[in-house]
Amino acid sequence: MSLLSVDNLQVSFPTPRGRVKVVDGVSFDLGRERLGIVGESGSGKSITGRAILRLIRPPGRVSGRLVFDGRDLAGLSERDMRKLRGARISMIMQDPRYSLNPVMTVGTQIEEALRVHERLPRHAMRARVRAMLEAVRIDDPDRVARLYPHEVSGGMGQRVMIAMMLIPRPSLLIADEPTSALDVSVQGDVLRLIDDLVRDHGMGLILISHDLPLVARYCDRIVVMNAGRILETCPAGALNTARHPYTQGLLAAVPQMPETRAELPVMERAT
Amino acid sequence: MSAISLRGVDIAYAGQRVVHGVSFEVGKGESFALVGESGSGKSTVLRAIAGLAPEWIGEITLLGQPGSHRPNRTLARHCQMVFQDPYGSLHPRKTVDAVLTEPLAIHGIGNRDARVERVLADVGLDRRFRFRYPHQLSGGQRQRVAIARALMLEPEVLLLDEPTSALDVSVQAEILNLLKRLRAEHGLTYLMVTHNLPVVSFLCERIGVMNKGRIVEIAPATALHDGAFSDPYSQALYAASGRE
Repeated sequence: MSLLSVDNLQVSFPTPRGRVKVVDGVSFDLGRERLGIVGESGSGKSITGRAILRLIRPPGRVSGRLVFDGRDLAGLSERDMRKLRGARISMIMQDPRYSLNPVMTVGTQIEEALRVHERLPRHAMRARVRAMLEAVRIDDPDRVARLYPHEVSGGMGQRVMIAMMLIPRPSLLIADEPTSALDVSVQGDVLRLIDDLVRDHGMGLILISHDLPLVARYCDRIVVMNAGRILETCPAGALNTARHPYTQGLLAAVPQMPETRAELPVMERAT
Repeated sequence: MSAISLRGVDIAYAGQRVVHGVSFEVGKGESFALVGESGSGKSTVLRAIAGLAPEWIGEITLLGQPGSHRPNRTLARHCQMVFQDPYGSLHPRKTVDAVLTEPLAIHGIGNRDARVERVLADVGLDRRFRFRYPHQLSGGQRQRVAIARALMLEPEVLLLDEPTSALDVSVQAEILNLLKRLRAEHGLTYLMVTHNLPVVSFLCERIGVMNKGRIVEIAPATALHDGAFSDPYSQALYAASGRE
């Protein structure tokens, strides 16, 4: 049985010119595997991620079937949904600077994420936070736990966020551009970390990004989205043989390491 | 005569030294890249050249003139900077037209209407964008406006601080092509800061690798073809960026 099944997902928002379908009939099944969703900005990839967590607020409208671990998400009350969020499905956001609470220490924040879902004695709680910080390879967990978000670097902030998202031990992790606010040198570390944790805990992963080569490196399967629809699904290894012209266009636009082309091919765009 | 020349430059913020003894030369019409991790001091070097990081000692020469410790008019005429984030670098309450006209007004340059039209055409923006506000533009269009603003005073040198890292790959390709074309058409000199080595490979001829406030190696961009770096740090950086 699949972990998550998305069937004909549609998300629309009202505009002065009528409702616009931002996600238009997206369907896929996810097992305990790593799925990448790729597309340009505005392709609906992030909205798909948010819709799975039921984070689309009115006037946005969502339809379609979302089944997670045998339960229909649309049928759950807001209260049940809250129990699911974080505990079973977690999401890593793009920029740690905007997603962490600036007036709470790192340790307290991670602890809070755990306390919402589990009742544990204080020392057990501390130990879990410490172990989690060690798991995200923070060398001096006791010191870092006492720091405020502005006192840590971007890469460390993102590790803190990963720690916070993984401490309740979710089964599905959604990572929305987890490294685009980070340096290349740190990007690799953070992705490898997510990768290891996903494997160790046997989680499912949805990695959302505009960076095709990066997604190809860290996922098993890739879904290419444009204008709210899925254009193509292919195994990550077979990305080079992708057939759809849009996917080929995205691939060609990436500068190569020995770049010898005088000009980069660009996409035709209806302005 | 080189366009930019730095000799033994130390730069500090509030007394804390962050860049140590940096020296390099960028020839006229050349495109030079500074690469390194965040915190390596590469952006600080750009800021010092632009007069935005006033606490520097050593020797900075820009087109034969000594460098300045604060932004000034002469500097602005010859050297302009394009910043990383097109969302943050344009005034939200000013139209494209106002942003582009302002430098002309400050420098008392006439014929403003024609100049704005020409620069918009240069960066490939349709004239209907002229009276829009930044929030009505996409990220790529905003970066085009930021480049247009930098070109308004017809400078010889452009300082580019991660000009495409906030953009999607497909938009990045458009902006990179634009920068390449503008350099050829206007004979511009580029000093670019980036952490993306493939971008360097596309746009630059030489690269300076920075680590912890020092330049550890200066190599031709062809080193990116075969990995012919001599310094262990540059080799590691090269290996980390190799996609396959």
